Amino acid sequence: MTLVVNGASRELRDGATVVDLLSAMQLSPERRGIAVARNGDIVLRADWVNTTLAPDDRVEVLHAVQGG
Amino acid sequence: MQSREAEPRDDLVIAGEHFRSRLIMGTGGAPSHDILERAVRTSGAEIVTVAMRRVTSGGAGSVLDVVQRIGCRVLPNTAGCYTARDAVTTARLAREALDTNWIKLEVIADERTLMPESVDLLDAAEQLVEDGFVVLPYANDDPVLARRLEDVGCAAVMPLGAPIGSGSGIRNPYNLRIILERARIPVVLDAGVGTASDAAIAMELGCAAVLVASAITRAEEPVLMAAAIRKAVEAGRLAHRAGRIPQRLYAEASTAHEGIADLTVHTG
Repeated sequence: MTLVVNGASRELRDGATVVDLLSAMQLSPERRGIAVARNGDIVLRADWVNTTLAPDDRVEVLHAVQGG
Repeated sequence: MQSREAEPRDDLVIAGEHFRSRLIMGTGGAPSHDILERAVRTSGAEIVTVAMRRVTSGGAGSVLDVVQRIGCRVLPNTAGCYTARDAVTTARLAREALDTNWIKLEVIADERTLMPESVDLLDAAEQLVEDGFVVLPYANDDPVLARRLEDVGCAAVMPLGAPIGSGSGIRNPYNLRIILERARIPVVLDAGVGTASDAAIAMELGCAAVLVASAITRAEEPVLMAAAIRKAVEAGRLAHRAGRIPQRLYAEASTAHEGIADLTVHTG
């Protein structure tokens, strides 16, 4: 399936979860500092493992950067 | 000779947490993580702000590593949000990522002024307080808005001195004085500081702390400027506590007139 991750199209296998996406992005789900939003709403860390992504989902994967 | 009096502790207290430093440092604009780390260490800041942005290839979280090495409290912001909804969601994302319920709430109105969108700011502040956040809102220098933000339960209020990054100091010290006179929560000057004297003036007026980013990170020598602003904040705070003399139009002699010698020359 195709979805939009951080503004860019990305292919993931059907039924992939948030944890699968993070793994594909080479991000460890255990690592502090990452947050995920799906279609404008936060996906809590505890729900990453059982949140199944759907085609055309808009996913934002965020971390802390210099600012403010 | 008498020993020098021990300096009593004069902590900054926000939401029950104590800090020795009254300088909060924003991390935006630093030329590198290395310079940022040295500037933060030199500034003595115990609270530093970060922003939430998309992960790019190259890994996540390096600014967080800097903050953790130094041992500062991380204060995420909602920079770049134009609506209450975006700011509230960003605050929740930051809480999830960084395990902190502290948030520097920013809702800006437009890119040119970066001034706060006051209506959405108040709305977002209320929602976040309700949701258990310690809310530190970046606000206009509006005494009425400051009071409203206090009334909805913000832990501090952070009026701007001048637009973000403008480095033009405190443009309306009179409004700031009204805010300071009425506030029962810490008032932190946020935005506008261009150099050390601006920070000193904010502290002399009675601000509880000063938040500085660009003035340090974009100085020609960020580490030197961090040292200068640290001293300015400390000096300004001491001057505020010491109680300044009133400003007068005419002179007020510091030497007593009584007992002055009669040096008139008597001739003839």
